[in-house]
Amino acid sequence: MDLVLLFFIFVLAAFLGLELISKVPSQLHTPLMSGSNAISGITIVGAIVATGANGDGTAGMILGLLALIFATTNVVGGYLVTDRMLLMFKKKGK
Amino acid sequence: MEFDSIINLAYVIAATLFVFGIKMLGSAETARRGNMISGIGMLIAVVVTLLDREILDYKWIVAGLIIGALIGGIAARVVKMTSMPELVALFNGFGGLASLLVAWAELEKIESLGWQLYTGQMGTPAQFSSFVIYLAMLIGGVTFTGSLYAYGKLSGRVSGRALVFGGQKFLNILLLVAILGIGVVFTWTENLDTASSLFVIGVSLALVFGIMGVMPIGGGDMPVVISLLNSCSGLAASAAGFVIGNNVLIVAGCLVGASGLILTVIMCKAMNRSLGNVLFSGFGAASQSTGDDDDREPKAISAEDAYYVMEAASSVVFIPGYGMAVAQAQHVVKELAELLEENGAEVNFAIHPVAGRMPGHMNVLLAEADVPYEQLVEMDNINPIMPTVDVAVVIGANDVVNPAAANDESSPIYGMPIIEAHNAKTVFILKRGQGKGFSGLVNKLFVMDNSRMIYGDAKATISAMVNELKG
Repeated sequence: MDLVLLFFIFVLAAFLGLELISKVPSQLHTPLMSGSNAISGITIVGAIVATGANGDGTAGMILGLLALIFATTNVVGGYLVTDRMLLMFKKKGK
Repeated sequence: MEFDSIINLAYVIAATLFVFGIKMLGSAETARRGNMISGIGMLIAVVVTLLDREILDYKWIVAGLIIGALIGGIAARVVKMTSMPELVALFNGFGGLASLLVAWAELEKIESLGWQLYTGQMGTPAQFSSFVIYLAMLIGGVTFTGSLYAYGKLSGRVSGRALVFGGQKFLNILLLVAILGIGVVFTWTENLDTASSLFVIGVSLALVFGIMGVMPIGGGDMPVVISLLNSCSGLAASAAGFVIGNNVLIVAGCLVGASGLILTVIMCKAMNRSLGNVLFSGFGAASQSTGDDDDREPKAISAEDAYYVMEAASSVVFIPGYGMAVAQAQHVVKELAELLEENGAEVNFAIHPVAGRMPGHMNVLLAEADVPYEQLVEMDNINPIMPTVDVAVVIGANDVVNPAAANDESSPIYGMPIIEAHNAKTVFILKRGQGKGFSGLVNKLFVMDNSRMIYGDAKATISAMVNELKG
């Protein structure tokens, strides 16, 4: 992996993220947090590799498995909770 | 090689979906679809990762995915809407912990391979790997315990007050210096045994630091902390992305970090304070009421008497705060609002951006009680019409309606935008007791001539009004 390239990606993503949302209505503050929190569970990708690529029973695999459980909880729970919340808002809009 | 390209291509698609997802989450009409789109992005990222050639064994992966999905799925389904804030904080902490563990697992991998083989595989210098491993561990660890502590504060398991003790700042600085010092040695040491021990010490210090960081922050400042922790969980994931050299982690984590930062800035602006001031001032811990020469006493009124005024009102604005959440009064408030509307009054809810303990807290509560969101008015839109409002009902809010913020330059909250309840013709303030708000400040609204206090549990008070109106 080219380091400079990784930093390049990071910096661009940071600016993209900062430009992406300008004014958020306060009604959406909680769902935005909860929805973006689910995205931060992307660590799940690293956890999957760590769990599967380290040999059975190694410390790396066990740590990976723990990471995987927490990340999956974060991802699945995060998306579902956000959806429940937004559904509740939606219902009211009509 | 070609296989890797396919995986990376899929990651690009996933990252794009995250971008669209976050963008759409920022607007009411598209939010729900946005969440689904980002969910699809996540699914794509997970599925293609399963194709990774490095993976030797799937049984633990399947087990981990099933266990995590069950816990997350059940928690998301059974939690009451009112407990949503603490659940989000908890999930946030899990994300941070996962990033910490991924970094740790990578360190274990390095230990089993040895530096030479590892750096050969990664194509990056050993110092870089060490540095980002430590960074991901640090941000992840602080996010984890910080969020757990925030969860405790939100759910009432630990006191929501700011905890400040002598030498706290000094201790925190010492802790930070130790964490950074160990980080420097960890990054430069070639000896894996040393690195391993240093890492474990680093983990414990990071975990302690997360708690110490949130400790001096009082309940009213929680919205800032929660959004900052949200931002950190993204940055932790991004750092973990540098650890394993994975683009999708870097991009997605960074997007979350940035959007969390924007939310943090919005929250700080809503309090007219800098982030540094929120994090380090221990605001609200000491109840140093400012020199106040106003010796007027607040005038109390009973719920029954208040009802007669409400009945005659043609416009009513409710101003909810954390007290409404504590009393779980949102359903009776909604009932009262409906009855007042039937009675011919125009009813609105004025929402301050930092009312409650997390960003958007009041909106979630009121939506749960089926309050139509057309009635939820943001601060900037309600203030101009406040003088035409007959009755403003403040339910468990304090600092966000304190006129000192607008006109008393000596007040610590001077400059914070407030909901100008004092401009309404009559103000009812529902309050549990005569105690001060979270900031410990005297609220001049309470002693103004057009203000009346209604002491007691907000839910009981509102219920009494509802019964009067029905009867």
